[in-house]
Amino acid sequence: MTHEMILAGFGGQGVMVMGQLLTYAGMLEGAHVSWIPSYGPEMRGGTANCSVIISQEPIGSPIVTEATAVVAMNLPSFEKFESSLSPGGILILNSSLIDRKSKRDDIKTYNVPANEIASSLGDARMANMVALGALNAALGYVVDTSRIMEAFKKIFAKKPAIIAPNELAILAGNKHIAV
Amino acid sequence: MSETRLMKGNEAIGEAAIVAGCRYYFGYPITPQTELMEYMAKRMPQIEGVFLQAESEIAAINMVYGAAGAGARVMTSSSSPGISLKAEGISYCAGAELPCVIVNIMRGGPGLGSIQPAQADYFQATKGGGHGDHRNIVLAPNSVQEMADLTMLSFELADKYRNPVMLLGDGALGQMMEPVNLEEKPLVPQEKPWAANGQGERAKPNVINSLYLKPEQLEAHNIHLQNKYQKIMEQECRWEEFNVEDAEVIVVAYGITSRIARSAVEMARRDGLKVGLFRPISLWPFPSERLLTLAQQTKAFLVSELSAGQMIEDVRLATKQIKPVHFYGRMGGMMPSSREIYNQINLILKEKEAVK
Repeated sequence: MTHEMILAGFGGQGVMVMGQLLTYAGMLEGAHVSWIPSYGPEMRGGTANCSVIISQEPIGSPIVTEATAVVAMNLPSFEKFESSLSPGGILILNSSLIDRKSKRDDIKTYNVPANEIASSLGDARMANMVALGALNAALGYVVDTSRIMEAFKKIFAKKPAIIAPNELAILAGNKHIAV
Repeated sequence: MSETRLMKGNEAIGEAAIVAGCRYYFGYPITPQTELMEYMAKRMPQIEGVFLQAESEIAAINMVYGAAGAGARVMTSSSSPGISLKAEGISYCAGAELPCVIVNIMRGGPGLGSIQPAQADYFQATKGGGHGDHRNIVLAPNSVQEMADLTMLSFELADKYRNPVMLLGDGALGQMMEPVNLEEKPLVPQEKPWAANGQGERAKPNVINSLYLKPEQLEAHNIHLQNKYQKIMEQECRWEEFNVEDAEVIVVAYGITSRIARSAVEMARRDGLKVGLFRPISLWPFPSERLLTLAQQTKAFLVSELSAGQMIEDVRLATKQIKPVHFYGRMGGMMPSSREIYNQINLILKEKEAVK
């Protein structure tokens, strides 16, 4: 199974780190993984996105053009990448910031109020972790949540205080999909 | 101890250089290679190495000339426009036979171009780049792991042949993250009896120079260089093949494009099409001999590059055009999708079918 994902939002929403955590966790699971950012002027205020691939096979192109999953954290990302989803793909839509519904009936859409859920946990900046938890759950747990946390502890080794709240945010994302 | 880490291509080059014994880095920032410089700025002081942000690319390559002349393992890096600025210094290093590693993480051109990935510096890299009859050994990785492995190889080849080596990547390889395993190898100190590192017991001081005012001497020096290049061509060709044995169309691609091409080849194989991939790893020396052998057994080639078509000239030369050589490229920072390349493969196969 190959998961080819596009994670997108505006600069500052943490889509890059969301992708890195997922990639890192995939690596810890022993899968083939790749992460590639869009980089350039669009990162300042506009949309930022990264491609993440987690696969049991060696990875060819690291750039995702036909995605099995898309996370759209804001409206421009939704508009840009909705069409990149392959039929049967999964769309995680941050319904806190996107007031539109997907018109595609050949994909599975999950509306996740990521900002509201993160705010209720004490910090709206954790919306990316809520979305990550939702994505992982919607994909039937590509990686174990404990692997994501292991990756989190490595990437944020200097900020131990944020580990526990972010784990709660991921779990809240999981729960939103389960309901 | 080695541990698998998730690293950006740019960072992997930096760490691999350190593992290879590089203790001198001179550079000037430019997207999309800046993470490499940033990494060196962080790491070099930790290992008592030298990191220096030069006032320009030209200054940086001349610092490389100095450090290499003194016998050190040294590296500089830049991206396309910055490499153009280094061209004079690279020619000087080639002329004075100084081992050094130059990294080019290519971006769209010409001119300032863009900061997105491209492969339009192939001519510049493989045909010398600077003035005079000189060649750089050019290695083209296609994964973060290879960014590391080929960096280490670059230092070895540079010392072995006393020649500049260029590691040719692109913005995508520089920016992407993949698992990488850096195996610590015991460093064998390099004997460099030619280095200008103090006269010591020598009867005469060593001099590093590329100036030969007497034409007879300069011609002799050039013949010596050409003999060396010949030896490199015989010994250092590197490539990778995938499903070429029964292939009716062989895609030729290097670097990031080879990965996109590989996905296209896999797609074609799933549809029962006989398609393979040939990936040059050393762009100079170019693996011409092997391509000629493949030309005798396949029906057509498709060269794919992030340029208007540069490596295609070497493919045509290598294969003596005994089979058609097609081209598909994107420019200016645009990347083809696997499906675009797959469609080109299909077109070629359909044309063949129509001719029958």
